[in-house]
Amino acid sequence: MRLNRSNLCWLALALIAVGYLAFWALLLAATATYSTPDSWLHVLRSPEIRHATLMSLLTCTLAAALALLLAVPVGYLMSRLEFRGKAWLDAALDVPIILPPLVVGLCLLIFFQTWGGKQIEKIIPFTYQLSGVVLAQFVVAAAFAIRTMRGTFQHLPARPEDVALTLGCTRFQALWHVALPAARRGMVAAFCIAWARSLGEFGPILVFAGATRMKTEVLPTTVWLELSVGNLDAAVAVSLFMVLLAVLVLVAVRATGEKV
Amino acid sequence: MIQLEQLSWQTSGRTILQQVSVSIPSGTYAMLMGPTGCGKTTLLEIICGLRQPSSGRVLLDGKDVTFLEPRERGIGYVPQDLALFPGLRVREQIGFAPRLRGVPQAEVDAQVVQLASQFGISHLLDRLPDLLSGGEKQRVALARALAARPRLLLLDEPLSALDEGMRAEAVALLQSVQQVHSLTVLHVTHSSSEAAALGTLHLRMAAGRLEVE
Repeated sequence: MRLNRSNLCWLALALIAVGYLAFWALLLAATATYSTPDSWLHVLRSPEIRHATLMSLLTCTLAAALALLLAVPVGYLMSRLEFRGKAWLDAALDVPIILPPLVVGLCLLIFFQTWGGKQIEKIIPFTYQLSGVVLAQFVVAAAFAIRTMRGTFQHLPARPEDVALTLGCTRFQALWHVALPAARRGMVAAFCIAWARSLGEFGPILVFAGATRMKTEVLPTTVWLELSVGNLDAAVAVSLFMVLLAVLVLVAVRATGEKV
Repeated sequence: MIQLEQLSWQTSGRTILQQVSVSIPSGTYAMLMGPTGCGKTTLLEIICGLRQPSSGRVLLDGKDVTFLEPRERGIGYVPQDLALFPGLRVREQIGFAPRLRGVPQAEVDAQVVQLASQFGISHLLDRLPDLLSGGEKQRVALARALAARPRLLLLDEPLSALDEGMRAEAVALLQSVQQVHSLTVLHVTHSSSEAAALGTLHLRMAAGRLEVE
């Protein structure tokens, strides 16, 4: 291949991408080689870490399921209906993505000190509880799930749903019988993204649910707790475990064929 | 009989349909022609209830259906892209409307088999839409619309994706379908030969106005 100007341009762009990926590879390699596999296994078998792992898996799954339940109707609404103020609502739905994580936690904490929040807590206590972990994960994960579902529905033609309306469907039936089956892959992708986002959530959980060992402790909290007492080996082992889970989720999302 | 009375439709300050009025008697095969973008598809969407007109009325057999939902009008609609349901097999596509109305499964199956036989697609019942040719998709879309037992059938350039050979076959099929099911049909086309072969009433739309030829 001759090295003309166009090729040089592509080569330069490729070098930038490779440089970025190499930086990430170095970061992960340095973390992975910090301690030995024996040490990782020893850490991951400890009762605290096993409990935190179980809590992470449980809370992330619950938060992602709730996020998907919200994302499907909101995503469908945003992709199919034109209405006044839609641009503003669209921007508002992205607010949890751009808010600093600690602020999200603070907002939750303050809301549950208000009269309305206290009434809710009489039914389900959230503050400094495991349910608070799920809520903190949900509020951020839902924004990502909504974005994914909105994209999924936007890529699906609306015409089959129109035809379904003429065949006897109500709008809800058209969504249920036509749009949802067609959006299956997008729903899997939205669930995975919400799950992965929940897994990495830390700021809102720390502020709203606290970091109580064997109670509201999830994997990111474990990393923070272990770091705070100087136990770097344990923090590294848990971090690598989270990297592994994140990679698995990424593979699952890619397998759905959805672009996110 | 379908009657359109003074139908108008505007969007973003542009008038697409202007005081459109016409009567199409029951059992007529009406052909609608006109340049691209003149409002033919918009008119079909207003008739079947997917769009609300800015003004005017749609009457079916003398009943005002302007504000009825599409499902309450008894109108079959086959859009240009045919819009088969992704992920549903041909059997499920044709059985969609009867199943929705709570028809017992045995009756749905019988109806699917009968329509599939009439349209020559019995061997395709377990296929997904992605694995059908243009002509096969068109037959499935027609069978699906007829399974709802409509009074009126709206066809938006249904033969545009077919080659010359298949088009002649499809014209014969449409003629027989209209006669067998005693349908009133409003068929949008750009093809004069198609219009001549099928139409018993010829309509032309230009600049948002409709004329009977």
